[in-house]
Amino acid sequence: MTGPPAARWTPMTTPAAAATASVPFLSLDTLWLQVGGTVCNLACTHCFISCSPTNHTHEMMGLGEVVALLDEAERLGVRDYGVTGGEPFLNREIFEILDAILARGPVLVLTNGMLVTPAKAARLARLADESEYSLDIRISLDAPEEAANDAIRGRGAFRKAIEGMRNLVGAGFQPGIAVTRVDEATTNEEILESFGALLRANGVARSRVKIFEPWRIGAEAARARGYAPDERVTPEMMEGFPPERLQCSTSRIATARGVWVCPILVNEDRARMGSTIAETLTSFPLYSGACWTCHRFGASCRV
Amino acid sequence: MIAPVREDSEPGFDRVALLGGAYANHVALRAALAEARARGAGAIYFLGDAGGFGPHPDRAVEILAEEGIPGVAGNYDIAVVRGDPDCGCGYTDPRDNHYAQMSYDYTLRKTGPAARAYLADLAPSLRIRVGDRRVLLCHGSPRRVNEFLWESTTPRAFVARLLDEHDADVFACTHTGIHWHRALGGGRHVVNVGAVGRPANDGRAEVWFAMLSAAGSSGAANAPSGADGERPPTGSDGLSVEFVPVAYDYKTLAREMAEESLPPEFIETILTGWWTTCLEILPAKERARGRY
Repeated sequence: MTGPPAARWTPMTTPAAAATASVPFLSLDTLWLQVGGTVCNLACTHCFISCSPTNHTHEMMGLGEVVALLDEAERLGVRDYGVTGGEPFLNREIFEILDAILARGPVLVLTNGMLVTPAKAARLARLADESEYSLDIRISLDAPEEAANDAIRGRGAFRKAIEGMRNLVGAGFQPGIAVTRVDEATTNEEILESFGALLRANGVARSRVKIFEPWRIGAEAARARGYAPDERVTPEMMEGFPPERLQCSTSRIATARGVWVCPILVNEDRARMGSTIAETLTSFPLYSGACWTCHRFGASCRV
Repeated sequence: MIAPVREDSEPGFDRVALLGGAYANHVALRAALAEARARGAGAIYFLGDAGGFGPHPDRAVEILAEEGIPGVAGNYDIAVVRGDPDCGCGYTDPRDNHYAQMSYDYTLRKTGPAARAYLADLAPSLRIRVGDRRVLLCHGSPRRVNEFLWESTTPRAFVARLLDEHDADVFACTHTGIHWHRALGGGRHVVNVGAVGRPANDGRAEVWFAMLSAAGSSGAANAPSGADGERPPTGSDGLSVEFVPVAYDYKTLAREMAEESLPPEFIETILTGWWTTCLEILPAKERARGRY
């Protein structure tokens, strides 16, 4: 499998003349945990944090550090949790981590689905059944056909993801799908229709398809294009704009290296806000082109 | 309104009935009010969303107004009063929004000036006492009118934070349409009272409301229980919470909905008790319990 090296992402700079908008911090509702680090069994050509088998920018998180963060999050009254990577199911402690989260609140797991065997799906189902809180799972796919999908995600990704999806359905889950619009010409309706049919054909009767616009950083900046200098959030754009529409007003992500503003910017030192969650509950400058994408398209990893 | 029994700044009661989302189901609303009185409610409160989903939205509002039921404003009520372009329900799925828009356009068109005036007077939130518990009544959550608080996604630590931030022992909400209760210990509780306008996605045609009683009060002790599927009171930690199913003439409502050309999917929900739309927002556990 070939893919972009870890250093392929391009740091963003703000044009000197432009004023930077900022987002107020409203409330810590969601804590993301990058349990897979930037390590992934895939090296998708649109990955905004350039995850790959060899990208160790962020290492995987251990159960102990996750529990310490969960304890802090619980004291702060967090509403829900998200688990991501890299690929979370590469983490050998993933089940213990999910068990610890589900003792405290609901969790959404973002995965490529490829590593979910029948045995792992059954173990996930037991965790879900034993908790009073919901375990939701979302699988990433980028095209409803194997060739187009694997051109982005790597050879074999489609078949293995569908296999993982079927294993989850067999264990009683109804996984959602995350689709990145890699072809700008594809409409929302076309995506919903084609993926809805794919999901139904694989036993997911209650399909949930979430469409993301690409964040033009990391590998995606090389695959398609990066941001133009004027693709930035200006202070004027924040006037009258409800800040709660930006996930950075209500969530943070913890990695093995600290706490970052959001899952999109974890490769940028500027977006590291502290070592503990409590240190990061402040406003943030929307300096990146990625912030412009969230502002324009209402992107949120959670819902 | 029934007179408070205490001289506190907040009206106090031993036993109250809390009714969520009426969704223009005037037939069920009337039945629920009768049931609440039969169970000895010292007061009845409405937690918002008078219209939407059902037929003839003025009728439910007229019942609330005639009976002098105090209430808080739901997102639907606020949107109708302002004449907003959509209901502000907070759905994210295009299919859900399609049905929500059909419902909202109908409700906006059919809500008259008198009903709008009543809805405009609904409070953002209300505070009462049940026994010695300070209870905050809201629509979605104490902090946001359209926040969905489901049982499987509303953890204890988050509830405790909301109670701290809003200076209450208990808060009661609706908005999701499915009733649940979680006791935190120390006399603190969250109660989603469910909806009297729409079944709870449980395969039953009945709708639900909540009775809150001071623990140890005669109301709590005398609460009827043991009816088919009725949940026994829970949470004796300063407060007893009981969910009451309300049987009503749902076939009449379904007929009116058909006469008003409301979507067949909505009518199916009234007839079967299973939700057919607005499902995308359901968390895994709640969705797994439904048919769709």
